[in-house]
Amino acid sequence: MSEFDPNIPIYIQIMNGIKQDIVSGKVRPGDRLSSVRELAEALSVNPNTVQRVYQELEREGISETRRGTGTYILETPELIPRLKAEMAKSILRKFIDGMRSLGLSNRDIASAIDKEIAGGTN
Amino acid sequence: MAVILETDNLKKNYFSKQALRGVSLKLESGRILGLMGPNGSGKTTFLKLIAGLQKPTGGKFTVFGQRAGFETKKHVSFLPDRNTLYPWMSSLDAIDFYDDFFDDFDREKALDMLDFMKLKKDDRVKTMSKGMIEKLNLTLTFSRKAKLFLLDEPLGGVDPVARERIVSTIIKTWTEDSAIIISTHLVNDVEHIFNDVAFIGDGELILTGDAETLRTERGKSIDQLYIQIFSDK
Repeated sequence: MSEFDPNIPIYIQIMNGIKQDIVSGKVRPGDRLSSVRELAEALSVNPNTVQRVYQELEREGISETRRGTGTYILETPELIPRLKAEMAKSILRKFIDGMRSLGLSNRDIASAIDKEIAGGTN
Repeated sequence: MAVILETDNLKKNYFSKQALRGVSLKLESGRILGLMGPNGSGKTTFLKLIAGLQKPTGGKFTVFGQRAGFETKKHVSFLPDRNTLYPWMSSLDAIDFYDDFFDDFDREKALDMLDFMKLKKDDRVKTMSKGMIEKLNLTLTFSRKAKLFLLDEPLGGVDPVARERIVSTIIKTWTEDSAIIISTHLVNDVEHIFNDVAFIGDGELILTGDAETLRTERGKSIDQLYIQIFSDK
């Protein structure tokens, strides 16, 4: 119920959750998404919010609404790689912003990553 | 979207006490409005006026385009903040009672919802817990085919599991062509089902708006906003 971050619109948080499910394979291309009311009930959010989620997903070319039967994840091969790239980028952005706010330079950030990947300091 | 409720400078005095000092708001179909404020801020008074249980001292309102009166009462289903059922009644008696009383009562839906609420037909009000009574009253309120549902503190004194059930019943009952007003001070549990919020203090609206817009603009949850607004009052 209250696991939402107050600083980010709820519809975006729900969209991110669905994208995450697609990338991790919990939801597959061609799958039907829950109905608006079902999802609203499951998340305890307003049905209008879920409607907006489905509209935006469609606009971003992730799902399609088939008249009378529901909303389905598109079966395009580029979908998962695209979502992966998009999510990786947003994680990176957040990470870089965090590092910069600590006062680290670009070079410091890059070498910190290299070090961590190479074997970890912990 | 149709306008379900419009109030214009609505006022109510109880003798010399001003309970409502002029409330104007508009609610469209398909919306859920959270009416929030501390105890004694005028929430119940506002809902009672809209339900037609009390007469305003000043101002006016329309429900579904009609001026307040006998006709508007037909469109409004009200859940009072305290139990109004007799202790001797069983769940089924209560359903019969509503069925007799309201033309728009959907008996089928009431029985379904009773089941969903895990209440039994022969449970009696006097043996029910507070949460059970609340769920029974909610069942009755939501089983009318009304245009406007008014829920006065539907979550007060109810445990978290029952609360969740009540919230999901609200979402189940929601339709595009009706509107719901929920008064509460337990903001955290329900804020994500609100489209619109109205903060009321001392009989006046302090802040109204679209819930998502307010959250984005202020960078706060509605719950945090509530605390900010009312902690220095």
